[in-house]
Amino acid sequence: MNKTLNQRAWLFVIPVFVLVAFNAAVPLMTVVNYSFQETFGSNVFAWEGTRWFKEILHSERFHASLGRQVIFTFIILLIQLPLGIGIALTMPKKGWGVPVCLILMSMPLLIPWNVVGAMWNIFALPDIGFLGNSLNSLGFDYNFTQQSGDAWFTTILMDVWHWTSLVVLLSYAGLNSIQPAYYQAAEIDGASRWDIFRYIELPKMKKVLTLAILLRFMDSFMIYTEPFVLTGGGPGNATNFLSLDLVKMALGQFDLGPAAAMSLIYFLIVLLICWIFYTIMMKDEGRT
Amino acid sequence: MAKITLKNLSHSYLSKQNSDVDWALRDINIDWKDGGAYALLGPSGCGKTTLLNIISGLLKPTKGEVLFDDKDMTALNPVERDIAQIFQFPVIYDTMTVYDNLAFPLKNRGLSQTEIDTKVKEIGDMLELTPTLNNKAAGLTADGKQKISLGRGLVRSDVNVIMFDEPLTVIDPHLKWVLRSKLKELHQKINRTMIYVTHDQIEALTFADQVVVMHEGQIVQTGTPVELFEKPKHTFVGHFIGSPGMNILPCDIENGQINLGGKILPNKINLKNNNFKKTQVGIRPEFINFSNDGIQVKINRVSDTGRHKVIDAECSSGNIKILANSSTQIPSGSAHITFDQKYTYAYGDNWIIE
Repeated sequence: MNKTLNQRAWLFVIPVFVLVAFNAAVPLMTVVNYSFQETFGSNVFAWEGTRWFKEILHSERFHASLGRQVIFTFIILLIQLPLGIGIALTMPKKGWGVPVCLILMSMPLLIPWNVVGAMWNIFALPDIGFLGNSLNSLGFDYNFTQQSGDAWFTTILMDVWHWTSLVVLLSYAGLNSIQPAYYQAAEIDGASRWDIFRYIELPKMKKVLTLAILLRFMDSFMIYTEPFVLTGGGPGNATNFLSLDLVKMALGQFDLGPAAAMSLIYFLIVLLICWIFYTIMMKDEGRT
Repeated sequence: MAKITLKNLSHSYLSKQNSDVDWALRDINIDWKDGGAYALLGPSGCGKTTLLNIISGLLKPTKGEVLFDDKDMTALNPVERDIAQIFQFPVIYDTMTVYDNLAFPLKNRGLSQTEIDTKVKEIGDMLELTPTLNNKAAGLTADGKQKISLGRGLVRSDVNVIMFDEPLTVIDPHLKWVLRSKLKELHQKINRTMIYVTHDQIEALTFADQVVVMHEGQIVQTGTPVELFEKPKHTFVGHFIGSPGMNILPCDIENGQINLGGKILPNKINLKNNNFKKTQVGIRPEFINFSNDGIQVKINRVSDTGRHKVIDAECSSGNIKILANSSTQIPSGSAHITFDQKYTYAYGDNWIIE
């Protein structure tokens, strides 16, 4: 049997190529392009080689915002994971409580990010905001627009409120896929509640938790909208995270070359951490 | 070690029960001797796993009592009852080694390190797990994992009863034989009460001294494999046990005799007809012989399985299966058959008439 040669199928793939080119390849290559050149606008470029990369890697400003970013991500992971798993464990497994809890949990995830920022901004205002006002009337000297500690506290609280649900929903799905026989066997073996968590629930949730950590790491490491609306990076540079700093450099100061170099370094850091983490977590999976 | 008694046990998963079908178990009464090997046999959905979970304490019965050595256990949990249960698919602790899996129930009961070590090694030997004791349990094959589940049940010396819930479902056929004989051997060695749930008659009949046949939440018959085969007390037992199952044909009972399509079958006793809605006659294919006169049948098909021949025949009341030796000459076309009187039973509304 002869196969007819027909190349027309390629036509169907063209839209995808175009789409990927415009949303990924072209922008990324533009950034790469900028990162090696100096520009003064009007499409005048001068070759600078690796100068911007060297500058960024040695810049104290970059170190400071990267440091803030790492601390922020670390803290929110440290809070959201245990809290999310904890909430998932206490959620009902059947009955009318299930849909109620699921809807309540999904709500924060459905709110647009800038709205979350705006909500928390108003909520936390020391004079008229419910949170700010209550804290102050309780005797705490709270003002997130002027004290860096309060700004951090508010940003973290906002992120926990916004994103813990994601960990909850993933953990809940993981918990629900555990066969009842595991719990029955543990009961018969005389396992304590902690043993059940440690030897059954946690290992069975490994995959969803890996996913949860990856998603939360990436999202929090690239956080922009919410702190931009809430604190704008302030007071001073206190909550000036990497992406906020990047935008200031690119659009505020119009340093396109260094900003491009910084984006690439930023991108590679995220990629590298995800890859290392995923490889470690999935090390044992192939064998079973 | 314990004797197990179930008294008037009924269970329903619904909060309100309007009719018989709402009950998963109905009026179960059982007396099991200490150290016996018992099987609960029945098709999927007949209530055997429910019954097992009630004995183990994972479920509380709606009505009735569970007694171990005449002590009421109904309200106690599995740990307090000191039982072991092995599930349909292997339940192991993935992150532990094989050794730690076996040691886990002992650690939870506060045994000393040396005691644990001796026990685990002994059971490891018995189940041929010794070479893999220090491997991660998650890396083992399905039957290896099931052996671990088994081991966690056997490792404790204090258990009142060991229960198996279709434990060989995920095991390869050739290993099933090995594990099943292993279980039988273990039973003789440790001499504990064992209850084995299965839908496979071969498994039940080879494992147990006493088989309990369940059907739609009720116990239809309890007996030795031979009793179940030779004298089924319910048409379901006739169908379910034996291959092919018992021939059940509609008949009339007149003047204490079975009337099968106009032919009166000789019977030793005078059968009572208590206005049954349905009367039937049951005869196993093994107990039908060809003869010169008797019931006229038409022979439709003969299949030779090597050891014996299975004959599909048809009489005026329905289809009949006949089992004959491979050497038997099978008449073709029409023939006459007789039923062995000793193994011919009459059933009224599915229950044996005696």
